[in-house]
Amino acid sequence: MLARAQTWWTILRICIEERLVYRGDFMLGTLMRFMPIITQIFLWTAVYAAASRATLPGGFSKDDVIAYYLLTMVGRAFSSMPGLASGIARQIREGEIKKFLIQPIDLIGFLLLARIAHKLVYYAVAIIPFGLVFYLCRDFFTQGWPPAPVLAAFVLSLIMSFLLGFFLEAAIGMIGFWFLEVSSLLFVYMLFNFFFSGHMFPLTFLTEFLPGWLQPVMQYQPLQYLAYFPAAVFLGKISGPELVQGLMVQAIWVVVFVVVCRVAMQRGFKRYSGYGG
Amino acid sequence: MAVIEISGLKKSYRVYQKREGLWASLTGLFSREFRDVRAVRGIDLTVDEGEFVAFLGPNGAGKTTTLKLLSGVISPTAGDARVMGFVPWERTNEYRRRFALVMGQKNQLWWDLPAAESFRLHQQIYRIEPADFDHTLAELTDLLDVGKLLNQPVRELSLGERMKMELIAALLHSPEVLFLDEPTIGLDVIAQHNIQKFLKHYQEVRRITILLTSHYMKDVAALCQRVVIIAQGQIMYDGSLAGVVDSFSTHKVLTLQFADDQVPSDLDRYGELIELVPPKVKLRVERVDISRILSTVLADHALEDVSVEDPPLEDVIADLFTQSSEQAEREEVAATQ
Repeated sequence: MLARAQTWWTILRICIEERLVYRGDFMLGTLMRFMPIITQIFLWTAVYAAASRATLPGGFSKDDVIAYYLLTMVGRAFSSMPGLASGIARQIREGEIKKFLIQPIDLIGFLLLARIAHKLVYYAVAIIPFGLVFYLCRDFFTQGWPPAPVLAAFVLSLIMSFLLGFFLEAAIGMIGFWFLEVSSLLFVYMLFNFFFSGHMFPLTFLTEFLPGWLQPVMQYQPLQYLAYFPAAVFLGKISGPELVQGLMVQAIWVVVFVVVCRVAMQRGFKRYSGYGG
Repeated sequence: MAVIEISGLKKSYRVYQKREGLWASLTGLFSREFRDVRAVRGIDLTVDEGEFVAFLGPNGAGKTTTLKLLSGVISPTAGDARVMGFVPWERTNEYRRRFALVMGQKNQLWWDLPAAESFRLHQQIYRIEPADFDHTLAELTDLLDVGKLLNQPVRELSLGERMKMELIAALLHSPEVLFLDEPTIGLDVIAQHNIQKFLKHYQEVRRITILLTSHYMKDVAALCQRVVIIAQGQIMYDGSLAGVVDSFSTHKVLTLQFADDQVPSDLDRYGELIELVPPKVKLRVERVDISRILSTVLADHALEDVSVEDPPLEDVIADLFTQSSEQAEREEVAATQ
């Protein structure tokens, strides 16, 4: 057990070092990524004026929507996995995956640690632009900081959104064992993600336009936990039993994708060693 | 004691056959044609502890496929193999901690980090005791003379230096069996020689079992007591390197130096002319005829010098490969008719 923890720590440390080689100028890049917030402020001001309503479905006021948008950026800083699925597919295509067949090391565990390292380095640098933008936009958070239990639920949900994003995208990457190119599949996934994770606007806006039979699907679908759910929790739009249930459903999805990912890897390795290598 | 036991090992790949042209590409979307490539066609081999065996063969002969099977990267279509009692393609961690595979064209090290960091990682994943790790690393870096390069990012190293680092990474956990796939590919003569010298020394001291594939006859001649020639997925020869010539060479090279600068014009009756630089002549003579022809030549001509030699090893092996691929083509044609 101790030996294993030490192995993980070494992998994590080395991955962090590797990420630091590429520290580059992504602080500026991160700041630039907030530029659309200005567009968002204009857009939603116009939308609310035209709708002549104080709140839109889900109880979101204009300020709430802008605060929501900022919070989904935090959620996506946890749940988005740039290059994960395509990286796995590339490793399969180019044969680098062999390393994990030959050496006594677990592919998924290794990728997870590499991703944690990737994220930690990112947060360490991105906290500055994030802090700056949140400070400038503090007035949109009309309720101020949420109470401690809500904050705890928010953090828990963020951590699970990281795990969900990781295992979901890693599972897509494993498809590379069957199809050499996963980029078009990834594109489809991104499209679904765009609509159903809620990173453009609260999902409650969408449900109104969807046919009735889709409502339960929307309520339980996993993508909402990548952006919508943590942000809505922070803003107090989801609370009480609904919050507990949401966290439980999120946890179940994490477990489901952990299993899917592992099964896909095992079957993938089996296929790989049967066909190619 | 047998460390590697292989019996009836076979591996076929199914390869997608794409025909040329757009229409064929379109129909290929719906019905695909596959062809079986029999990369390994039934190999039996036993390797004892401490042997250094070379796999020789042309490209596509099945050398690398065999190494992949033995290191568990792929599983066989039929047959069986045991390495130190383990079935390689079960990929148990117990097995994986006891062997290493080095591929000359594949990089296992972290590109942007110093090699020392990759070695640390290996220490962890192979669970190497810190004292053993320090000792082995010091020994290996000393032998390969790369102590000063340990803290330089791998991407800044030369190909030869990188190969040395690859070898260190593979040997840190003191594997009992080592598979080397073209370890000197792309290296210059000096770097090749350094790697050879190291491997020879390491194997002699540690007595580990090594299987090596190479295109370079020099690697093989320098390192291996035993040579296994593979062509068309089958073993064609298993024995000493010197024995290859005895077993496969059908002719000898007869060099004659005539007296008085007189080269007779009817040399054809002795054998095939290879080289003619008067007064010296090189002839290719069938092995079975050599004594008869030699006595005729000596009786008929005044000679200053005579030598009978085996053809160069490279030529024998090259001939062997050509023969085997021609034979395979004939078989293929016969099979499709």
